[in-house]
Amino acid sequence: MGLVARHVEAAGIPTLCMSSALDITRSVNPPRAAFLDFPLGHTTGKPNQPELQRRILVDALSSLETMTAPGSVRSIPYRWSDDEGWKERAFAEGDNRLPRHDTPQYQDEADRRRAEAGGAPACPVCRS
Amino acid sequence: MAPVEYISRIRDNYARLGYKPYSWVRNADIPPWAPLSKPLSECRLGLAASGGIYAAGQVAFHYKDDISIREIPANVDTKDLRATHFAYDLSDARTDPNVVFPVDTLRRLVREGFLGGLAGRFHTFMGGIYSARRVTEALAPALAARFREDGVDAVLLVPV
Repeated sequence: MGLVARHVEAAGIPTLCMSSALDITRSVNPPRAAFLDFPLGHTTGKPNQPELQRRILVDALSSLETMTAPGSVRSIPYRWSDDEGWKERAFAEGDNRLPRHDTPQYQDEADRRRAEAGGAPACPVCRS
Repeated sequence: MAPVEYISRIRDNYARLGYKPYSWVRNADIPPWAPLSKPLSECRLGLAASGGIYAAGQVAFHYKDDISIREIPANVDTKDLRATHFAYDLSDARTDPNVVFPVDTLRRLVREGFLGGLAGRFHTFMGGIYSARRVTEALAPALAARFREDGVDAVLLVPV
């Protein structure tokens, strides 16, 4: 996403890039980033915790007003849990990723049926 | 505890599994910079997210360097959002899409006056695209063009 940030910014639009992976973000070097030290899949918070989700985005988006140096990374101060065992387990157990199927991978079968029934090119939101 | 060092951990993991090492993008230059032209409370914000979010009725992403983009209406019913991805645990994103696609949070920030408004549509894709060249030459310019069409003053980018 850092590559997208750099491109959009170069096109004249200010960007703020969230991050769960500080080392990857620093390597790609987007214009502005906000790092939240949560496990992958929780870039903007914990599920069903709207107050926390709100505080995270307020902290992060404020960087658009306050940052002045290209390449700045702000740390958002919330912790995932007191126990940080999740950090030891991340990518430590071999390759848990799913096979790289080249056909659409629906969340459920109802979605597949709905998309296949309504997914004609005329449908404005089904393809893009 | 210090943040997870994903680059070295993934490198070690790939080596153990006998995969070719992945070459991460390294940009040592000073990144581009476009200053915010007005306060956030007057800005129209755009959003792109790479957690594999699509809306029910849309074609889902596939897992092999899919660089296609889904257009999600900004007034989408959160219950209609779905998540698919080969590389992260989807359970929480499927419970509450706001953890990778903060649409309810952003709508609330507009109601509170923290943001001026939102684009009429948001843009989603599925990260884990191995080819940095395809991102740079195809996906990033396509997103930039959409944000220009949307007339946004700033953009929030949410990777996974």
